[in-house]
Amino acid sequence: MKNEGRILLGLGLFFLIMFGFYWPLSHEQSGSTMMFFAVLLGFLPGGYYYWWSRRMKPRPEDSDDADMAESAGFIESFPGSSIFPFTLGMGAWMSVMAMIFGIWLAIPALSLIVWALLGATAEARRGGHH
Amino acid sequence: MSEHVDTLTHDDHASHEHHGATGILNWLTTTDHKIIGMSYTITSVVMMLIGGALAEVIRIQLTTPTGSLVTFSQYNQLFTMHGSVMIYLFAGPFAFGALANIIVPLQIGAPDMAFPRLNALSYWLYLTGSLTMLAGFFTTGGAANFGWVGYAPMTDSVNAPGVGTDLWIGALLLTGFSAIFTGVNLVATIYYLRAPGMTLFRMPIFTWNLLVTAILILLAFPVLTAGLIMLFCDRHFSTHIYTVVGGGSPVLWQNIFWFWGHPEVYILALPFFGMVTEIIPVFSRKPVFGYKGMIFATLSIAALSLGVWAHHMFTTGVVLLPFFSIMSLLIAVPTGIKIFNWIGTMWGGQIWFSTAMLMSIGFVITFLIGGLTGIYLASPPLDFFTHDTYFVVAHFHSVVMALVLGAMAGLYYWAPKMTGYLLDERLGKIQFWLLFIGTQVFTFPQYIVGLNGMPRRMALYPNSPEWQTLNVWSSIGALMIGISTLVFAINCFYSWKRTPAGDNPWDAHTLEWFTTSPPPHHNYYRLPKIRSERPTWDYNHPDKPALVHGHNHDGESS
Repeated sequence: MKNEGRILLGLGLFFLIMFGFYWPLSHEQSGSTMMFFAVLLGFLPGGYYYWWSRRMKPRPEDSDDADMAESAGFIESFPGSSIFPFTLGMGAWMSVMAMIFGIWLAIPALSLIVWALLGATAEARRGGHH
Repeated sequence: MSEHVDTLTHDDHASHEHHGATGILNWLTTTDHKIIGMSYTITSVVMMLIGGALAEVIRIQLTTPTGSLVTFSQYNQLFTMHGSVMIYLFAGPFAFGALANIIVPLQIGAPDMAFPRLNALSYWLYLTGSLTMLAGFFTTGGAANFGWVGYAPMTDSVNAPGVGTDLWIGALLLTGFSAIFTGVNLVATIYYLRAPGMTLFRMPIFTWNLLVTAILILLAFPVLTAGLIMLFCDRHFSTHIYTVVGGGSPVLWQNIFWFWGHPEVYILALPFFGMVTEIIPVFSRKPVFGYKGMIFATLSIAALSLGVWAHHMFTTGVVLLPFFSIMSLLIAVPTGIKIFNWIGTMWGGQIWFSTAMLMSIGFVITFLIGGLTGIYLASPPLDFFTHDTYFVVAHFHSVVMALVLGAMAGLYYWAPKMTGYLLDERLGKIQFWLLFIGTQVFTFPQYIVGLNGMPRRMALYPNSPEWQTLNVWSSIGALMIGISTLVFAINCFYSWKRTPAGDNPWDAHTLEWFTTSPPPHHNYYRLPKIRSERPTWDYNHPDKPALVHGHNHDGESS
């Protein structure tokens, strides 16, 4: 887990150095803002991974000489199939159509989205469908 | 030999076949990364055919100085939609949605992507977004017609009143969210679903490059999405974010667009770098030269790519020229390391000139040409001279045609794993020579005609008939590329269920070649011990195992 954190922290650090040059030299607002948020996007998740990596045991995938049996156990979070990604996708597509062709399309769009969210939640609570 | 194998005990699903819906219902409800990846592959290749057809019309129009095949308005739509389809709907989704979706979980020994349902949602957003953008052709005002970069003020409600523009914006919102979700999925998969022993520094370079690509997607795509929402507000809700009239700034759009757009170039390129880095060692019968160097080159390219966006805006006069020039020139260093390492991998190897290998070598050569001309363009004085000429067009077409060669290399290499059947090598080699020679015939005249001053995005050039010869040559190249694509389509039909591939037809190195072709539901019945970045090679050749990389304690290097 440490290296995963280090990658993001390293990218954040690099963007911070770039920001340190770019903003004082240019005083250009939009690019500096975006660069600043790129720094945060490196530091926030990177810091979180690094913080956790110091508080947890190394995982089998982080160890050089792990055996397959070390990650034994039932993995339950892989649904075999589900209609709700399609439903949600159609809802999202119709929302965009509503932006372009008329707000009345938001009614079927939102219906599809709500149906997909409720359905997917119920499906996940049942433990997925195989 | 069996003592090298650990039976995969932790996944109850892997031990039995999947029983679910079949046919169209299976396609609509699937969350299997392999089926979603195949859908991505087919959809994005169809998009390539559509974008390519638009390009052929453009090239026919330019064979004479006074071409009358299309009107000015149609020509504007053609080059806009050619660029948009190729960048947003083919290159990006093919790079991080198609092969990545299938191969990344296989390469790290994962049963699926981390969020299988989100993965399916990504595909549906991509498909509906693609259809939405193409629907612009069937509206009364026609499709978007302001260039694929959509510069303000050409996109405002006065200059682009048609619904085609709104469809273009909507399509980019949909495909943008699709890309962001794929990015989340790839990072989570690579961080959390690796097999035991598959440390970060044992991952195949392709997976590494997709990890870095996914991080770049998360940095870049939200910026584009936000910019597009502001553009939509400008068009419909009378805000003045990109208009001078209300106190806004048209250059803000350029900053936002290229802050996405330049990382996007590397989002497109890095997956293909990864594919080539997988293929060259396998067909050179050697481990990759400079494994860690490749990874750090990838990371430096990604880091630098966030600081170069305004080299597309040198002629606006409001950017910090030295900063962006230096950063752009610096990117040549890690890219040079990569090209050096590819050559170093081939050096002294027993090279097997299969179609995948030929395509990879073609990629390296064509990318080198595109990269070197990019170094000229990173210098502001040279950029002022060539900005918006065919020199720039030729530069990025060298780069993207290299990516097409890389895409074909990836398809020839991994098609056996995806379908269980080899693609025909004879047709593949015909395709390679047409594609490779066609690419050079297509781009070289454009470099020269650009230096002679021909601007891009022109439907006619009646005052400079001397440009015609070079344009005809360029069109001949484009025709050769078109024919090569037809050969590829023929090959797909010809090779369908003809030559079974077996699990590992290339004697390859990485984990995906350990499982069956095509892989079973949830990918693996068993996994080998992972002790280097070449686990399948170590298992098949226990007498000459790979050098051990990535150990983090002393005394274990071999």
